[in-house]
Amino acid sequence: MMMRSLVALFLLVAAPLRAEVDITPVTTQSGLDAWLVEERSIPFIAVDLIFEGGATLDPESALGATALMAALLNEGAGEMDAQSFAIATEELAARFSFDAGRDTVSVSAQFLTESAPEAIALLNTALTQPRFDADALERVRAQMVASLRRDALDPNSIASRAFAEAAYPGHPYARPSEGTPESVAALTRDDLIAAHQGTIARDRVHIGVAGDIDAATLAPLLDALFEGVPEAGAPIPGRAEFAAEPGITRVPFEGPQSVIAFGHRGIPRDDPDFTTAFVVNEIVGGGRFGTRLMSELREERGLTYGVGAFLASGFLGESYQGRLSASNADVGQVIELIRAEWEKLVTDGVTEEELARIKTYLTGAYPLRFDGNGAIAGIMASMQFQGFDIDYVNIRNDLIDAVTLEEANAVAQRLYQPDALRFVIVGQPEGIN
Amino acid sequence: MRFFLAAFGLAMAMSGAAWAQTVTHDRLDNGMEVVVIEDRRAPVAVHMVWYRVGAADEPTLQSGIAHYLEHLMFKGTDELEPGEFSAVVEANGGRDNAFTSWDYTGYFQRVAADRLGLMMQMEADRMTDLTLSEEEWRPERDVILNERGQVVESQPGRVFNEAMLAALYKAHPYGTPIIGWRHEMETLDGDKAKAFYRQHYAPNNAILVVAGDVSFDEVMELARTHYGPIPANPDLAPQQRPMEPPHLAERRLTMEDARVGTPYVSRMYLAPTRHDTEQAAALQMLAAILGGSPTTSVLERKLNFEQGVALSEWANYSGMSRDYGMFSIGIAPVEGVSLEDAEAALDEAIASFIRDGVDPEQFDRVRHQIRASEIYALDDMQGRARQYGVGLSIGLSVPEIEGWIDALDAVTPDQVVEAANLLLDRRSSVTGYLTRPDTEVVN
Repeated sequence: MMMRSLVALFLLVAAPLRAEVDITPVTTQSGLDAWLVEERSIPFIAVDLIFEGGATLDPESALGATALMAALLNEGAGEMDAQSFAIATEELAARFSFDAGRDTVSVSAQFLTESAPEAIALLNTALTQPRFDADALERVRAQMVASLRRDALDPNSIASRAFAEAAYPGHPYARPSEGTPESVAALTRDDLIAAHQGTIARDRVHIGVAGDIDAATLAPLLDALFEGVPEAGAPIPGRAEFAAEPGITRVPFEGPQSVIAFGHRGIPRDDPDFTTAFVVNEIVGGGRFGTRLMSELREERGLTYGVGAFLASGFLGESYQGRLSASNADVGQVIELIRAEWEKLVTDGVTEEELARIKTYLTGAYPLRFDGNGAIAGIMASMQFQGFDIDYVNIRNDLIDAVTLEEANAVAQRLYQPDALRFVIVGQPEGIN
Repeated sequence: MRFFLAAFGLAMAMSGAAWAQTVTHDRLDNGMEVVVIEDRRAPVAVHMVWYRVGAADEPTLQSGIAHYLEHLMFKGTDELEPGEFSAVVEANGGRDNAFTSWDYTGYFQRVAADRLGLMMQMEADRMTDLTLSEEEWRPERDVILNERGQVVESQPGRVFNEAMLAALYKAHPYGTPIIGWRHEMETLDGDKAKAFYRQHYAPNNAILVVAGDVSFDEVMELARTHYGPIPANPDLAPQQRPMEPPHLAERRLTMEDARVGTPYVSRMYLAPTRHDTEQAAALQMLAAILGGSPTTSVLERKLNFEQGVALSEWANYSGMSRDYGMFSIGIAPVEGVSLEDAEAALDEAIASFIRDGVDPEQFDRVRHQIRASEIYALDDMQGRARQYGVGLSIGLSVPEIEGWIDALDAVTPDQVVEAANLLLDRRSSVTGYLTRPDTEVVN
């Protein structure tokens, strides 16, 4: 009985929830643009900044400079050494985090409404007057080198790095974003100053804000936050073309399992087919139960704890990648099954039923992302970084719903290339030639 | 019985009560507890069902059965095909998952608030009607073995942690890993999972937590409709757990693994649980003062800023468990400092903290941040739901859960130092070194 009613619900689910997010564009007197979502029920404010560029701006001679620079932004600024800066942050009960990735430097701040001006002033000092004191530099450098040494012994990190090197030879995308133990050990204070000047600039920032503040109050605070931030930073490198040849790379590593990274060229974020490719990938490898890869490899055969595939569409280049861990003895079978799935997608595509199901899921799940000020501020900054229009939130589900089966399968033919697959296997795999 | 409690309705200097979220607690006739957290910011709800059973309740020779059952709960029932549960959640735009701890097992979905009834309908169905065929349980056993391979055996830090807990607990099942020992996991099957399920899954052993855009009345009505008809299990008897004998001997262990990137020293002490509110609050404040900030906490200042012997160091208290809490400290030394010297420096830092007492300015800052953390916590609906789920699962009352911030606020600096004396008695502790084999050979 219940079965029947569930099936009925399954088919009848129609109008998905709208993302009820009311975004206010804010332009400040000094010309900064921000997206604000006002939410007055909790007395705090979340601000997210994304600066384009990130570790791709590191000179070849100073790999890891941007990452180390970002890690030092809350280690002393202006008149304050690391201790004083931390004490000032604690006295405001503010929370600042600074992070550098391959494509971006990002800043997340949360502070109480009652102390917003003081928190903004403190964050401004960190952004514009970092000290890079020698003792702080050595302390954080040692931590970073230790972390890089751990990565060098971690099969997942080894796989990511080997895949990137195969994919983008000669481009900054081939380099480790945090550098190497040797490169970080050799960084000088001048390298950090250069990284700071090159990455923290107004011409490349995207600002998202959510919480207990209105546009009129926010605008002057943002101007205060960016007081003294230079207009322009370093030029951003050119595009990264995916260049990995098909085949298998083996990296010997002792352990019970192998980590398998696989992929081939992808689809750029601004490609007209991107949304369709996104939908197709969610059917195939979206990292949930019920995707084709999870069904084949985990649910049917128990070959892995989890498998996913993703459109790695970065700021400067793109690939289509998947990742899993499996017992060494099963690696040969896993690779055959992945190839077979790719073949099936090219010859048969996805089904009408799969497409209908994934649309209901994607459109229904979208509003769930907007859960809380911290998440919303991050999404606001990220949407601008990715080049979306401000009304994207309202039309995104319509774009997903508009994807037809013909479009999905045309894009599947374009996206999936069984003969182009490159596998990187870190472990002691068995059953491969 | 029905309680209305304004969550965190504590007087805060910084604001009025406009942002208080209403939390309500009740019980169905069949014994199922219900907690409703109203948060109207978005038309979304989190639906969780917690069972007061976990890895510490497993029969002998069946370690991992609680977690294995958690996986199998996504297989079929008499009314749902295998995998259909998650498929229906997805078709309704939701996400679902589950988790197992020593003391509890939880299942949750995040969905649009108007799908709450459907979630309850399905969760109620699998509370008692799970069917398990061999073609369902057999591959899933390979999945959990692969999970153990991936998240434990491929990570020396996790293997080390298993060894530490096994040494800390001489009798109590907190010393057995939640995922299970591999040789026992290999013998688990559908019948054993079924027996565990029959014994422990029932409304009178379950807690429903709903947070989001819902009212208490509508949740109770839906809960009565879907969970209400399931009869209580009269034979439900909590598993008797072996308890710890007196700890009279400090334990020490060393693990070497070539995959270790950063060697470190870790020490774990048995400690009171949150059931002892005053002690627990003092230990939580101690952890915040010793290790709560990566810059200004006592251990960081002494071991990193002043002496330069540590890359990092930590102090944590975890008391959200039924039988035993734990206080853990540790240090990862900079290159050139041995684990022995690092451990001595860590012990001396704690001893000098006990001699010198609490810095009153630091104490004030920590208190201010705890107060503010209440506000930030209101932004995290799922985190709040989880807090109630864990608390009720381990046997805390709702007032005990909600009184935590007040309890922390009541701790005095003298109580913090008093609590630190726990760290001087190593008889109920285990100290472990995780290191590489002789580095000269490797490099």
